[in-house]
Amino acid sequence: MLVHSRKGKWTVWALFFVLFLPLFALPLLVIVTASFSTNWSGAFPSGPTAEHYSAAVRGESLQALTTSLITAVTASLLALTVGSWAALAAASLKKRGRRALDALFMLPVAVPSVVVGLAILVAFSKPPMLLNGTRWIVILAHTVLVTAFAHQSVAAAIVRLDPMYEQAAASLGARPSYVLFRVRLPLLLPSLNAAAGLCFALSMGELSATMMLYPPDWMPLPVQIFTATDRGSLFTGSAVAVVLMGTTLLVLLAVSRIRTKASYR
Amino acid sequence: MTSGIRFENVSVAYGRSVVLDSLDLTVEPGEVMALLGPSGSGKTTALRAVAGFVQPVSGRVFIGDRDVTGLPPHRRGIGMVVQQYALFPHMRVEENVAFGLRAQKAPKRGIAARVAEALEMTGMAAYARRYPRELSGGQQQRVAIARALAIRPGVLLLDEPLSALDAQLRSGMLAELARLHRELPDVSILYVTHDQVEALTLADRIAVMDRARLRDCGTPQELYRRPRTEFTASFVGNANLLPVTVGSGSVSFAGADLKVPTAEVPPGASATLCVRPHLIGLGDGPNALRGTIAEIQWRGSTHRLYVDVDGHRLKADVRELRETPALGAEVTVHFAPEDAVLLAAGVSDA
Repeated sequence: MLVHSRKGKWTVWALFFVLFLPLFALPLLVIVTASFSTNWSGAFPSGPTAEHYSAAVRGESLQALTTSLITAVTASLLALTVGSWAALAAASLKKRGRRALDALFMLPVAVPSVVVGLAILVAFSKPPMLLNGTRWIVILAHTVLVTAFAHQSVAAAIVRLDPMYEQAAASLGARPSYVLFRVRLPLLLPSLNAAAGLCFALSMGELSATMMLYPPDWMPLPVQIFTATDRGSLFTGSAVAVVLMGTTLLVLLAVSRIRTKASYR
Repeated sequence: MTSGIRFENVSVAYGRSVVLDSLDLTVEPGEVMALLGPSGSGKTTALRAVAGFVQPVSGRVFIGDRDVTGLPPHRRGIGMVVQQYALFPHMRVEENVAFGLRAQKAPKRGIAARVAEALEMTGMAAYARRYPRELSGGQQQRVAIARALAIRPGVLLLDEPLSALDAQLRSGMLAELARLHRELPDVSILYVTHDQVEALTLADRIAVMDRARLRDCGTPQELYRRPRTEFTASFVGNANLLPVTVGSGSVSFAGADLKVPTAEVPPGASATLCVRPHLIGLGDGPNALRGTIAEIQWRGSTHRLYVDVDGHRLKADVRELRETPALGAEVTVHFAPEDAVLLAAGVSDA
């Protein structure tokens, strides 16, 4: 710890809570509270009721949840594959090529996601590449948006990976593909896992590009929350938001458990 | 499988800096060749050129009769052990040792036997189910050696294999390596080290390297007793290097005439006389020199005396003295004529 005196520690903790609570915790707490209320006109909400939740886990909302989960899992897996592949390929390039490839993959982060959504909408609205109106255009957009993060974290891990493992494997007669699948990827597994979690969480919460692209039969949960609150169903929206939050957290927790099992040193 | 290693005029450069300059060296089948030199001398580069991790800008590398210069590392059939062990952390010891066999698609039934054999040979059979992180440094190094031996390479490359171990463990492993080589007499070993003790103990021949070049090559005894260059003399063992002028059958140093073998150097030339510290005795004798004691170090079984003779500081290692001379005391030291080696000047920069 940087602060040693007891008084100093208390001050730091107090400061932390003053800054942290209003900024991070309170808004979330308000959402959770709102999801249990029937009416909130004064300082405190009335209720409590579980009615919104019964709406949030069936029918349209349930379908939106599965839509979000399928989209996020598919997009994350695709992003992980493409991102890792690109990062591995970049690692074998010379410095300039590596920089160019890194920059290319960072582009969707630098460009606002609305623009990415619009670009994909325009690009895939005409045959022969007609994806507009299908679920695939949503999954494609999510993949494009999260691949950057997958690529980034895997590339960082590859740089840290000691080349001596690869060389030891090669000296033992292992072909490059064997080295990749038996040595490099297993050693990168913790980072791949972290990247998967990140991609999943980002995809679960993606709204702006999705808004421009989603077909009527493929409405992810964030869109559902937006339309609910837009209609004025604030409390139902809150309940759906809590479900989204909870599901994402659960999946992240599961992924992080795999990660601890996969870290070797 | 018996195969030696041959470097033919091998040069390696990174950009403009030459890290290995036209190396010509042959490791005979079954021979242990130590590449000895300070850091940056090019010894590790030479080993990596055999392994295939650096590509020479010119010259050829042979393993046995096979020109491997353009071959990728995994097709060279070598075993390699590096300083940091490089055991795969996600595999158990037995999987580590089996890695090479599985990678080369050896028949499944033979793998278990070969793994057991390699672990037995390195005394690690009891640790087969452990993960590398559960082993000490010395044990990890044994596993790394077992892993390299399991593929039965004709050539074993050892890159500073003992430098990460503490001194006691190191001498134990040195004996182990010597035993392993007796058990596998057909394996040629290229052993890179900066430690002269390791080289002297283990090697059949030592190649002394400095500043990207091979300076000297010979058996440990040759290099120690009859070094050809000042660099070899000072890097392989300790040495007093005295500037002398050559006469006929003797040299003059600090106003004294010293009888030494002068056959290889013409009279009148200036040269360097190399005398090992432990061959210098205290008291009168042949080739006596008078000087003053500058410093005395007690080293348990010996005393190291630093004696100033006419502005030159001589090191002498003598059996532990009952009574040590005082600092500044005048003493006489001597050495036998046959214990001195005359090095022609300029040879050091060859």
